[in-house]
Amino acid sequence: MTKVVVVGNGMAGARTVEEILARGDGFAITMFGEEPYGNYNRILLSNVLSGAEEEDGIFLNSLGWYAENGIDLRAGVRVTRIDTFAKVVHADDGSVTAYDKLVIATGSTPFVPPVKGMHHPRRGFHQGVFAFRTLDDTRAMVRYARDHERAVVIGGGLLGLEAARGLQTHGVEVTLVHAAGHLMNAQLDAQGGGILRRSVERLGITVRLPARTTEILGRDRVEGVRFADGNSVACDMVVVAAGIRPNVALAQASGLPVERGIVVDDQLRVQDEPDVYAVGECVQHRGATYGLVAPLWEQAKVLADHLTGRDPKAAYHGSRTATKLKVAGVDVAAMGIVAPERDDDEFVVFAEPKRGVYKSVVIRDDRIVGATLLGDVHKVGFLMQAFDRGLPLPQERVRLLFDLGGPSEEVAAAELDDSAQVCNCNGVTKGAIAATVHGGVKTLGGVMDATRAGKGCGSCKTLVSQIVEWAAGGAVEEDPSAGWYVPGVPLSKPELMAAIRERGLRSVSSVFDALAGGREDAKSKMGLVSLLRMMWGDEYVDERDARFINDRVHANIQKDGTFSVVPQMKGGCTTPQQLRRIADVAERYALPLVKVTGGQRIDLLGVRKEDLPKVWAELDMPSGYAYGKSFRTVKTCVGADFCRFGLGDSTALGIAIESRFQGLESPGKLKLAVTGCPRNCAEAYVKDLGVVAVEGGRWEIYVGGAAGAHVRKGDLLATVDSPAEVLALTGRFIQYYRESANWLERTYAWVPRVGIEHLRAVLVEDSEGLCAGLDARVQAAVDAYRDPWKEGAEPATPGQFRESLPLTVVGNGARATGPVPAVGSAVAGEST
Amino acid sequence: MTAAAVEYRLGPVADLPVGEGRLYTVDGVGVAVFRLRDGSLRAVSAVCPHAGGPIADGLADAEVVICPLHQHVFELATGCSRTGQAPLRVYPVRDDGGELVIGVEQ
Ligand code: SRM
Ligand SMILES: Cc1cc2nc3c(=O)[nH]c(=O)nc-3n(C[C@H](O)[C@H](O)[C@H](O)COP(=O)(O)OP(=O)(O)OC[C@H]3O[C@@H](n4cnc5c(N)ncnc54)[C@H](O)[C@@H]3O)c2cc1C
Ligand code: SF4
Ligand code: FES
Repeated sequence: MTKVVVVGNGMAGARTVEEILARGDGFAITMFGEEPYGNYNRILLSNVLSGAEEEDGIFLNSLGWYAENGIDLRAGVRVTRIDTFAKVVHADDGSVTAYDKLVIATGSTPFVPPVKGMHHPRRGFHQGVFAFRTLDDTRAMVRYARDHERAVVIGGGLLGLEAARGLQTHGVEVTLVHAAGHLMNAQLDAQGGGILRRSVERLGITVRLPARTTEILGRDRVEGVRFADGNSVACDMVVVAAGIRPNVALAQASGLPVERGIVVDDQLRVQDEPDVYAVGECVQHRGATYGLVAPLWEQAKVLADHLTGRDPKAAYHGSRTATKLKVAGVDVAAMGIVAPERDDDEFVVFAEPKRGVYKSVVIRDDRIVGATLLGDVHKVGFLMQAFDRGLPLPQERVRLLFDLGGPSEEVAAAELDDSAQVCNCNGVTKGAIAATVHGGVKTLGGVMDATRAGKGCGSCKTLVSQIVEWAAGGAVEEDPSAGWYVPGVPLSKPELMAAIRERGLRSVSSVFDALAGGREDAKSKMGLVSLLRMMWGDEYVDERDARFINDRVHANIQKDGTFSVVPQMKGGCTTPQQLRRIADVAERYALPLVKVTGGQRIDLLGVRKEDLPKVWAELDMPSGYAYGKSFRTVKTCVGADFCRFGLGDSTALGIAIESRFQGLESPGKLKLAVTGCPRNCAEAYVKDLGVVAVEGGRWEIYVGGAAGAHVRKGDLLATVDSPAEVLALTGRFIQYYRESANWLERTYAWVPRVGIEHLRAVLVEDSEGLCAGLDARVQAAVDAYRDPWKEGAEPATPGQFRESLPLTVVGNGARATGPVPAVGSAVAGEST
Repeated sequence: MTAAAVEYRLGPVADLPVGEGRLYTVDGVGVAVFRLRDGSLRAVSAVCPHAGGPIADGLADAEVVICPLHQHVFELATGCSRTGQAPLRVYPVRDDGGELVIGVEQ
């Protein structure tokens, strides 16, 4: 058995022992700890001070753990001297303990500046003066704060801020004094420090800067502090949080090499001492000392690898650390250097003092060498990793500080909690996605099918794919179907269209037969219907079973199996007669809701399937197509006829566009708008196609805008002189979109994919000579238009409008439970 | 063990359009009956276990039906969900000289 003695039972000492135990046995371990406890998480003392955490909650290893692992714990015993020749340690209980290997992990001690009156002549610290390092310190502060009113905290760094905030929760009025010109000056520049100061003051903490404390006032009890400028502040207690110093007293007394800390090499071995190691805040490695836990986790691993012989080559190369402030409501994260140091360092800064937000990044040779986040720290994960590992950075540096548009950054996946809800539509957590991947599903599509993550509004799809990648550890399999138009036919859209044309395939089933080996695929049907109708117009052979229910009954299915009916209301304009009919229908069929939609028309909700034909007949209005992947609406504003700013007759043009292109099927919905001036009341900038009247009788046409799950301003396609030109370009754009976009690809994705320059060239300048063909084909489609609501009079299939749920419940209450619409009334047959 | 089943006649097969499903009420419960493109018949419970969607309104192929509300997928032959939902119940169904006949185990 190798005898290992560890001096210091703090975070580094205990972690090293854990790491040693994890690597095997054969070690007889003795641990000395000056504090009379097992090992606890020192970081959480801030929470104990603020009352956010109970003392019991911060212990890392119970006394039982030491016993179970055969560790001889000498709690409350201080080692006084190390004899490296005799290889023994002497302790203040008189014991002498022999070692084969010695680990020194004595941590740090608070730095107490030389201030008059700090120390009581006999009792050490003046009563009422506290340091903030140990559990005992914390308990003493809490006890004292309970029955005193005013505290001064000396030190405006991390520890001081946490102490100040913690004391406040005990009803103490706190003044924070700091000798430097701004708070957290080791981590922040002056501007950031200024913003932090305001955030801290908003919490009710008084800040005094720069203020060097020169004296503690009061003989028997603390009465105040005095500063170098002669001013003073009255108080009953003082907390010193002015920094830490490596605790090297023992090492020094024992003749070990000490500079600022105990000098160690890359194996954490004390210089010139083959059997003595040091770890944690007490060490100085390659000139650096640390005051955070992350480095000591790394050190403990290396030391354990080395001591146990697990990895003789293990070496510690130093750490890059990031600081985070643990004060509720004041988020600070900082890493690396504070400000640019060289001429060619890049410095990206964003400051919004009012909101307490400040962010900066220092970049050198395309690597992050420093970053500060204040008030909004959600990018810290990426910055930290980029800083630590030298990850490549986005060309647009602003993306380092903000998520622009899309969902979060690449590394978000790894950082998210397992319980984090990724898909808010379908309530799918990161854990569920990861479990599916671990269960063997290695394609994005497969995971989406299995969990339905990303199948709601779709805005989380990027994140889902990142999580899949992360969970598969790089072993993501390419979705073979990713490039196919629909999952059940192994062809891209251009290939599929060519094959369909070549073989004259006019129905969905003939496509499956000819191009998918006769294998029908329910998921592919809707997309094929859309494509074939677009391609063949009148010649398309309709198979009703290939349609989605909405397209079978020309209404949008609702959660209870009823449908919504949205009649066409071109450009949002209606008449008293139409309104009267709508009112009558709503009453007659007891519709639970009549609603003005976001698309400038009226929605009749909760219509029973069997009532649909009658509702249409009585409305006597055309379908508004609110249910299809098709041309939907054209929103308009009142425009030149009424509005004092109107520059063009937007209402008339909107109606003309809607009349012309109504109902055309398309890869995704098409929502348009025409607005009478750039004030944009009809929201034309954020439509699939939006038209804006501008000065001089001209019209701007924007395409690829969105304001749904995705928000995007459209790109300017062209500025034209007349409504006729708007109609012509609109038709061309729609047809080109119909022919080349992927199934369900909205224009907000398609336009940026193909590029607005490309669209301008093809559609405006006719660079590829496509325009005449596009114009002709869209004209044919327009000509083939038939209002589907006329179908009601004669059902297209038997039972087209038969109910499909055993009973219909609408809105809050149960409406009409019967008659249960079963045609074949059951006749008891023979039993078997 | 012989499972006792009662059979019910539901009317002409011709009332069921090819490739589509329709709701029938059998012995007080809803059953969605599908006539597949190859002519074979399938019958499953009519209400989606996910959130009560109308299975008879779903898109179907030779193997599965997709609930129209949230696109959960169920095998028509076994009722099992391919998207992690509880299964649909399956009923034996046949074409008896142009008439739909369904069996309900007692
Ligand atoms: C009725 C209406 C809400 C309202 O009460 O105002 C509505 C209702 C629905 N919207 Fe919408 N949308 C309505 C205007 C909008 C608008 C605003 C607009 O059209 O000016 C948008 C943003 C523009 C856009 O389309 O991007 C909008 C973006 C969406 C989206 C997100 C599309 C996207 O890719 O970003 C969906 C989901 C989808 O398409 O997959 C959606 C889907 C739906 C569906 C069809 C959900 C569904 O599949 O069943 C809702 C049907 C409710 C029902 O049972 O009838 N609705 N929806 C609006 C009908 C407008 C109309 O008269 O046609
Ligand atoms: C209030 C507070 C908040 C903090 N917050 C953070 C934070 O948010 N993030 C972060 O990364 N870090 C934080 N830290 C720093 C972190 O706690 C230290 O980095 C870490 O505890 C250092 O571990 P260590 O083992 O080196 O030293 P310590 O944990 O101090 O352990 C040293 C131990 O050795 C004992 N010892 C010393 N001399 C002897 C001797 N001669 N004989 C026997 N025993 C001896 C001491 O009693 C002590 O228990 C915080 C520290 C404090 C005090
Ligand atoms: S109407 Fe639109 S926004 Fe409202 S719940 Fe339905 S899909 Fe969502
Ligand atoms: S109710 Fe059937 S999928 Fe949701």
